[in-house]
Amino acid sequence: MHLASAVDPQLADLSNKLIYSAMVVYTLAMFAHMIEWTFGSKGAVAVRSKEQAGSLADTVAAAGPKGVKKVTVTVAGAGGGTTTLTRTAVAGEGATVVTSGRGADEVDGPGAAGTSERADLAGRIAVSLTVLGLLLHGGGIVSRGLSVSRWPWGNMYEFSCAFAFSMTAAYLVLLAARKNVRWLGLPVVVAVLLTLGIATTTLYTDSDQLVPALHSPWLAIHVSTAIFCGGAFYAAFIATLLYLGKDSFEKRIAAGLTTGPLGTSASIWRRLPAASTFDKLSYRINALVFPLWTFTITAGAIWAEAAWGKYWEWDPKETWSFVTWVAYACYLHARATAGWKGRKAAYLALAAFACWLFNYYGVNIFVTGKHSYAGI
Amino acid sequence: MSKTTTGTDLPPAPDDVDTEAGPEADADSAAERLSTAPVESDGPTGIGVLGWARWMWRQLTSMRVALILLFLLSLAAIPGSLIPQNGQGSQNAMKVVSWKAQHTTLAPVYEKLQLFDVYSSVWFSAIYILLFVSLAGCIVPRTWQFVGVLRARPPAAPSNLTRMPVYAAWRTDADADAVNAAAHRLLRKRGFRAHLSGGSVAAEKGYLREVGNLAFHLSLFALLGGFAWASLASGTAGKLMVEGEGYSNTITQLDDFSGTRFYTTDDLDPFYLKLDSFTARFQSTGAQVGAARQFTANVEYSAGSDPTQTKTAKIEVNHPLEIGGSKIYLIGHGFAPVVTVRNGKGEVVYQGATPFLPQDANQTSTGVVKVSDYGIGPDGKKTQLGFSGSFLPTAPDSFAGTGPISLFPDDAAPMLVLNVYAGDLGNNSGRPQNIYQLDTKNMTQLQQDDKPAAARLKPGQVWELPSGYGTLTFDGYKRFASFNVSHRPGNEIALAGGVLAILGLIGSLFLQRRRIWVRAVALPGGGTQVELAGLARSESAKIAEELAELAVDLQDDAPAAEESDEPDEADATVEPDDTVEPDETDDPEAPSAPSDPTPADQNSKE
Ligand code: HEM
Repeated sequence: MHLASAVDPQLADLSNKLIYSAMVVYTLAMFAHMIEWTFGSKGAVAVRSKEQAGSLADTVAAAGPKGVKKVTVTVAGAGGGTTTLTRTAVAGEGATVVTSGRGADEVDGPGAAGTSERADLAGRIAVSLTVLGLLLHGGGIVSRGLSVSRWPWGNMYEFSCAFAFSMTAAYLVLLAARKNVRWLGLPVVVAVLLTLGIATTTLYTDSDQLVPALHSPWLAIHVSTAIFCGGAFYAAFIATLLYLGKDSFEKRIAAGLTTGPLGTSASIWRRLPAASTFDKLSYRINALVFPLWTFTITAGAIWAEAAWGKYWEWDPKETWSFVTWVAYACYLHARATAGWKGRKAAYLALAAFACWLFNYYGVNIFVTGKHSYAGI
Repeated sequence: MSKTTTGTDLPPAPDDVDTEAGPEADADSAAERLSTAPVESDGPTGIGVLGWARWMWRQLTSMRVALILLFLLSLAAIPGSLIPQNGQGSQNAMKVVSWKAQHTTLAPVYEKLQLFDVYSSVWFSAIYILLFVSLAGCIVPRTWQFVGVLRARPPAAPSNLTRMPVYAAWRTDADADAVNAAAHRLLRKRGFRAHLSGGSVAAEKGYLREVGNLAFHLSLFALLGGFAWASLASGTAGKLMVEGEGYSNTITQLDDFSGTRFYTTDDLDPFYLKLDSFTARFQSTGAQVGAARQFTANVEYSAGSDPTQTKTAKIEVNHPLEIGGSKIYLIGHGFAPVVTVRNGKGEVVYQGATPFLPQDANQTSTGVVKVSDYGIGPDGKKTQLGFSGSFLPTAPDSFAGTGPISLFPDDAAPMLVLNVYAGDLGNNSGRPQNIYQLDTKNMTQLQQDDKPAAARLKPGQVWELPSGYGTLTFDGYKRFASFNVSHRPGNEIALAGGVLAILGLIGSLFLQRRRIWVRAVALPGGGTQVELAGLARSESAKIAEELAELAVDLQDDAPAAEESDEPDEADATVEPDDTVEPDETDDPEAPSAPSDPTPADQNSKE
């Protein structure tokens, strides 16, 4: 009669082992990234898109001047500078080549490895290790779910594992989409290790069935979107921090100083993308996630209506989700209407993320409400 | 350079519906005009009360104040999550009481500041009411403006297209009118609202962004409306039923009821509900031993007043039962020991199941059995009996050190632990009676061997009461379940608001509203000058891509005239401001291209 028999101890044990192995592999990836950053500091030069221009010329030359359609679009930059974007279509082949040159102040750095080949190798090893870590990590989550035949996010330990997974996965998906985000590797791996570290030490709970309050399809919907939002907010947070750092760095350089903020090495900042790139990235992520976060809260409210009879009761978790939501709305508002770009908006984004973090760790651990379930 | 602007040379109708801003044509303020966002104003205009009132209204509906109010709202919501709040069910009410007991100096201050009722406090309400007034003051005019924009044509091309944030130009030998017509056709194909007149094409796309933004902000009113309706017209009631019991949903048979202005005891939905059986399962091994795994109430019910036509249903934690306008939620469960009490003569004076209320996670339950109709006691006087004690679903072998507590929430080793009192239960005192407590003011505890008489009974055991008061038989136990009967209208409105908010946000955040202009003019020296310009929110580079694609497509109809041998190296770009170097310019007096729309392909700087 008792459902305890519904736990498969071997699978549950396997899950723990996989999670620990993933942590080891992530740690190795972290070291590899550190090596990448260290080696890459030698001879880092800002490379411009010369080669791209070259390849365009090649393409056009190969096609011959006949039948080439080419347009150069001038784009006014924010600070009065201009950017051009050239699009060339070779008739008959349907291929278009786009190049964009950028204004001098907006050059993205070459990445962690700089121009060093050894560093690049270390970076590649780091990425491969991260992929391996992700596979082990995913295995850990799946076996945990299989051990109890349910969605593996019923308590904070499981939630944290899934959250860390979504962070790594998002990063690797961006890499796979050939976005220039390898600089994200180190901060992502560190954040993932921290999350998993907290999960396996203070939040750990044995694999088990769920309390009746969690027997609902909304568990899969509400909690998985919450996990995804968390991972994305985290990524935007990293981008915001780096924006602030790079922005200070650029100001310090303009003021004739030679180091980054807090005495950090200029070489690190030089290799990172431009401040405006970070700024745009964090805005894009936050804007992308905000509707999903709205959906998460709505789904939570629908679930609360089914479980407790009221869709909104100002339970601490609900309250902090609301506070987080309003904080992000503030940020979007500030950017969309008050024209707050740059640092002021970045501080709002940081405040909003602080609300999110408190909602996750703070409310679950320090505040009791209806969202407290077995094993936190 | 002639100071041409986007505003001055427009036909009057289309553009001024967009904004009241002066004809300032730098890219930023021009980009702003793609939104119907209100224009900020700085000081009071005019004098006197009216001027100030208008100024205050402007301030209230300004973006700055909206931002401050939003920020305040999130700050104001915080204390309610850290301080226990009234009005969130009885459990929280208990927390408020104990918090007040612990903080005797702070409590009155908090009370004054309404910190125990944050979400209905004056200050919290003030913030969100102001926010919604601000929102209305912002959204309603924007909606009208937007309707105006939809009815008007896209604003005609500014005379100086190079001032626009994205720009491209080239020379062609094709006929100017044909190029304009082709551009018009291509823009339409791309889903732009395009208009061809006066030798240029004006096109605009992405109106859904504004629709989304307005829908999102309007949906906030739907959410608020749903909330308000619920707080005016909802009601909740509580009912506890032992297995086998049923009740009709009327105020006399409910345990408690709290209504609102538009939902009173007269509005209760008529239905009959009976608890057939209750199933509970718990984890019996591992670290989470005792954790609940399943609660199911099997019920029978009939809607309306006819109790003969019943249906069966299951009520579980996430699956309330809906009857008429009410939803019935399972909120608790426990045990009801069944006892039989006989008086000294052996006559049955009491028999039945009495719910004992759970006190901890292992279902240590306390309760009382009141025998009002005991009759004549051993001393020859009319008396009543009262039993009080605990029911333990899994009793320990010994109570030493712990007292009577249960070890597990399920019935592994059930035991009933009782004391007994005789005297006046106080039923007729006129004071409201709590059926779970014994008022022992007019009762005396029966003694045995100079100690209070007490019994530990297993099912089936009989307790011989002291002093000839008869016996109590512990026949067994049933389970009970408690239900919350809730009537809450307005949920659908709030849900619609939520869905609309999400859709609106998607439109508002993922779509771009943008304009593209194309102008082809015959040059005096022969040939045609083609210019394209685009305008969008500065956040995105997409408009440049879009313009480039359009230009590439347009070159089918307007192929660039070959003037240079090395078109690929042509990275000469046109400065969008007026500071173009003289050697890069064409004839500055060219009639309709006043500010040097240098075609990129014509210039090669080696
Ligand atoms: C109830 C609280 C409010 C919330 C949660 C909220 C939320 C938002 C969000 C998330 C956006 C971003 C959409 C975008 O970037 O396009 C936005 C944009 C905007 N909001 Fe609000 N808002 C609120 C109140 C207000 C008020 C009071 C006003 C007017 C005074 C207002 C006017 C605007 C305007 C003009 C935009 C930008 C429209 C555009 O981009 O064209 N909102 N709002």
